[in-house]
Amino acid sequence: MASAKEMKSLVFGPVFANNPIALQVLGICSALAVTTKLEKALVMGLALTLVTAFSSMFISMIRNHIPSSVRIIVQMTIIASLVIVTDQVLKAYAYSVAKELSVFVGLIITNCIVMGRAEAYAMKSPPLMSFLDGIGNGLGYTVLLVIVAVVRELLGSGSLMGVEILPLVSAGGWYVPNGLLLMPPSAFFIIGLLIWALRTWRPEQQEKH
Amino acid sequence: MEHYLSLFVRAVFVENMALSFFLGMCTFIAISKQVKTAFSLGIAVTVVLGLSVPLNNIVFKQFLAPGALDWAGFPDTDLSFLGFIAYIGVIAGLVQVLEMFLDKYVPALYNALGIFLPLITVNCAIFGAVAFMVERDYTLAESTVFGLGSGIGWTMAITVMAAISEKLKYADVPLALRGLGSRFFMVGLMSLGFLSFSGVSL
Repeated sequence: MASAKEMKSLVFGPVFANNPIALQVLGICSALAVTTKLEKALVMGLALTLVTAFSSMFISMIRNHIPSSVRIIVQMTIIASLVIVTDQVLKAYAYSVAKELSVFVGLIITNCIVMGRAEAYAMKSPPLMSFLDGIGNGLGYTVLLVIVAVVRELLGSGSLMGVEILPLVSAGGWYVPNGLLLMPPSAFFIIGLLIWALRTWRPEQQEKH
Repeated sequence: MEHYLSLFVRAVFVENMALSFFLGMCTFIAISKQVKTAFSLGIAVTVVLGLSVPLNNIVFKQFLAPGALDWAGFPDTDLSFLGFIAYIGVIAGLVQVLEMFLDKYVPALYNALGIFLPLITVNCAIFGAVAFMVERDYTLAESTVFGLGSGIGWTMAITVMAAISEKLKYADVPLALRGLGSRFFMVGLMSLGFLSFSGVSL
């Protein structure tokens, strides 16, 4: 059985040291689209964390029985089934968020983080460790999403989780919202700035060429 | 005809897959270093999009939509919850068949696209376009136009991006911003440019 220290590094390693988005360039597609509101980002992060954790666990459980020539299809089937469950649960209990996330819940299937972890880690590790690895990478994704979403929602519409923080001019306050932050380009800039900051803080992540 | 043209223009420019829905970003950021490879990948994506969107439209309309199984004697069945698994299966199968077909009959194209074809199964642009098609309830003809348009828009975006990266090779970028960081800024600026198309309709 692995030591507690190893487990801890599995869960917290991907948050800053080896962030799936900022360092491994995985799962950027949805990271940008769902960050206009904090609530959407949180739900998406939670959904992805659960799907990654459980798909890694299930794939790891049957890893010795999967012929390597059809492994991609097997992984896809497991991931797709989990995403269907997530989608149905969201539609049943959080319909308005599910509507706003639109196709992006389904896109968890093709999110490279899920496939990447299945292929790189779960295929050669025991179930519990794979589960923790999935949680860790999901957390890394969620943290980045939440940071971007806080910036975009706070400055773009003056609120967080739909609660007004900066009183808007249109409602008699003083803050003029920056509409650009709700549009696609701002997401790219914010992630670019985040990567810049992260790599200045941890120079070992810089690209040399 | 006008309706299809407007749909096409919208898919290529206004709702560009890569720049306004962020779809296919992983490959977009990773592959766009050389114009030639970027263009080949774009063509492969366009071909797969142009085939898989209408094919999934048929699957959805004939088997999965509520009441679609009427012809088989099950008027009340609603299999739409099986959607995701069916679409990804169709896409994976299509890519596999396309790969074998090209290998046998069009080896030149196969050699050009070769390494990219299998990657396309997990390209979010394909699955995203299929999901949009279902959500927006396109007809068969509309989904063909939409699929091709999205593919062309994506190809254009990745080719332009690769051209910019080639030019930037000799730029003196701050150390921490090299590689990934600077790419995000590039895409951001391009996306800003594409915003000017919003509101355009024929």
